[in-house]
Amino acid sequence: MSEPGERLAPPVTEVSQPFWDATEEQRFLFPWCGSCEQPFWHPRPFCPRDLSTDIEWRQASGTGVVHAASVMPKPAHPGMAGREPYVVAIVELDEGVRLMSNVVGGDPWSVAVGDRLHLAWEPLADGRHLYVFERD
Amino acid sequence: MTALRGAAAIVGVADAVSPTGELEGSVAGLEAAMVAEALADAGLSIRDVDGVASAVGSGFAPSIELAESLGITPRWTDSTSIGGSSFESHVEHAAAAIALGMCDVAVTVYAATPRSSRRRGTGGFRSRAGNAGGPMAEWELPFGMRMPMGAYALAVSRHMADFGTTSEQLAQIAVSTREWALANPRAYHHGSGPISVADVLGSDVQASPLRKLDCCLVTDGAGAVVLTSAERARDLRKPPVLVLGAATSHDHSIISQMPDLTRTAGAVSGPAAFDLAGVGPDDVDVLELYDSFTITVLLALEDLGFCAKGEGGAFVVDGRLGPGGELPANTNGGGLSYTHPGMYGMFLLVEAARQLRGEGGDRQVGRRGGRGSGPPEVAVAHGVGGVLSSTSTVVLGTGS
Repeated sequence: MSEPGERLAPPVTEVSQPFWDATEEQRFLFPWCGSCEQPFWHPRPFCPRDLSTDIEWRQASGTGVVHAASVMPKPAHPGMAGREPYVVAIVELDEGVRLMSNVVGGDPWSVAVGDRLHLAWEPLADGRHLYVFERD
Repeated sequence: MTALRGAAAIVGVADAVSPTGELEGSVAGLEAAMVAEALADAGLSIRDVDGVASAVGSGFAPSIELAESLGITPRWTDSTSIGGSSFESHVEHAAAAIALGMCDVAVTVYAATPRSSRRRGTGGFRSRAGNAGGPMAEWELPFGMRMPMGAYALAVSRHMADFGTTSEQLAQIAVSTREWALANPRAYHHGSGPISVADVLGSDVQASPLRKLDCCLVTDGAGAVVLTSAERARDLRKPPVLVLGAATSHDHSIISQMPDLTRTAGAVSGPAAFDLAGVGPDDVDVLELYDSFTITVLLALEDLGFCAKGEGGAFVVDGRLGPGGELPANTNGGGLSYTHPGMYGMFLLVEAARQLRGEGGDRQVGRRGGRGSGPPEVAVAHGVGGVLSSTSTVVLGTGS
């Protein structure tokens, strides 16, 4: 297997700019609704529960649990070439939001629903970092 | 009962598949051929059609393109595009329009050539990952989930963790579906022979825990359905297949936003369609469930109420869905073994109509359980689109 190539750099939107800026310092922010007092995912300029625009960025704990996981034996795109087999997971952060990410490190086939996770970071070419997770 | 129940009927159906999985001709040519064939099946002509529905076009508005192609100026049009369940939603909408007198004869049509186009290097499936925009591009694509099997695999992962569902149980769905294909001379896998649970488990992992034989085919395919009022249907060529009830729902676009990975919007559309129809799961003689993947079938069985949530694995293991089983499902061989051009929902409707008309040949099913002999009376076509995103449930019946 060749060395893994560079990670695919996600597009940035006007809405998500603060999130991606914070990843340069390896900080994970999520949008927090001041009306219903809960975070949500993915970032948008209004709360998907109550459409409130009273939104602020807060830093997440960065810990969570595997909600669902699947091992990809083949890369889905060139940005993942050389990383196979790798784990795509739905991660539930301890604050309650769910997001897609990778679980990295160790045997991918042993990753199981319920495994405890903490944030890890992989560098992107443009100075940002991509949020991934490692098992505790 | 509502004004929808039994007001409209499917009166013409057609579909095109081939033993090689490839079809000749352009997509527009295939669409026109399917419309002509379905109208002939009904004993109607293109001049009777005043309503058109399409889910896929080359540009911005599928039903506009279709109507121009067919030379029709419709008074009812529907470009609803919600993935593989689009055609069930077209039937729902058309039945309502017909019930309200907004059109008289409606047609929905679909053609796609992913297999031959890929071989010829003229497109085929574009990489959905590479073309995805919006939230998917930003919040999912970077993590390299294989589309679409990875999304369905995540649902399997959670279903296994919550309910103890096994790969062996899922494999049984593929095994039973293949048995139906062996009874259908037009099925892609008609001549491939039976498969065992061990065969499914021994096939390559595509996105764990899903393996190759848990996944649908990629073939060319085309089909069309013609609807009119139940009243007019009585004078046409074939026995009417009444639309008893129909409903559509969706609860996410991208898989990481699915509220519950083990419960689809079928838990909304299924009961709503049954309510309109005035029947329930126990009344269904034949079931056509979208089988993009084995898990798609299992979740639908639970969400539509054929078994309790979490019990789908145990429900399917004894060949219940296969030939001779208690609940015949995907009787043409399904997306797993008949055909799957990308949006399979059209073929669910065509097969349900053929079964209710008694045109099933070697795969014809009868009335379920101890409800006497003769052809089936109630069928369900349940489409699923996107990544378990949309569902549309159509309850059909002979009216007897």
